[in-house]
Amino acid sequence: MGTKVKKMMFILSKANIDNAYAAFIMANGARMEGIEAEIFFTFFGLEAIQKKKMDHLHVATVGNPAMHMPTMIGGLPGMEALATKMMKKEMEKLDMPPVSEFIEILSDSGCKLWACKLAYEMFHLKEEDLVDELDGILTVGDFYNRADQDGCQIVFI
Amino acid sequence: MKKVIAQTEIDVNEEGYLTDFSQWTKEIGTEIAKEHNIEMTDSHWQVIDWIQEKVNEGVALSIRGIKKSGVIDIKQFYALFPGGPLKVSTKIAGVPKPKSCI
Repeated sequence: MGTKVKKMMFILSKANIDNAYAAFIMANGARMEGIEAEIFFTFFGLEAIQKKKMDHLHVATVGNPAMHMPTMIGGLPGMEALATKMMKKEMEKLDMPPVSEFIEILSDSGCKLWACKLAYEMFHLKEEDLVDELDGILTVGDFYNRADQDGCQIVFI
Repeated sequence: MKKVIAQTEIDVNEEGYLTDFSQWTKEIGTEIAKEHNIEMTDSHWQVIDWIQEKVNEGVALSIRGIKKSGVIDIKQFYALFPGGPLKVSTKIAGVPKPKSCI
């Protein structure tokens, strides 16, 4: 096996804004280093490639210990929206693009974007619900088959 | 580190980036590009000019910045400088390697 990573393959299964950005930044970082990158969107991760939902992802205030607030406070109406707004403001300061623009950048950079067939069917989605940049709808097996060389890494987020 | 390129001695860091921009010439840029199997064209130089201008203004380079540059789009950028476009183009431009993750 070679020592250098040649292809990074991410599986994004969650729609928390922090999870989505982790996948995007690492995939983009790979492309910037000349490493191939792909993202497989499954389950709630599919929200990040739905035209209507992608720019409204939230940070979780309940069940997220990093929020350092009691769970019941985090569950109050408006808390999640407030925390999300604050996080987006910090992201903008670092010139991090919104989700829709990030997807465009990733696609233009040659990162492949795939939707999980099973989750796509489970959520009763239609092709027009998903971003135009999508490269296709794949089964898990199809995705594994794309790990076709030494130096492929599959990361579940 | 010293390196001789285009019949000139220049100072570079361990990754091959110029440490003193005043030593940079177009000939040096052309030679560095050749080391990356890139034959410089007018479109390449347009990007290099833009990068040098931004670095001179103290702007941090990022892929989003390239998208907004108006000089080039991201697809062309990857096509012109294969194998890590920002990394390669900044080396050719004689400016430091960008530290940003985006």
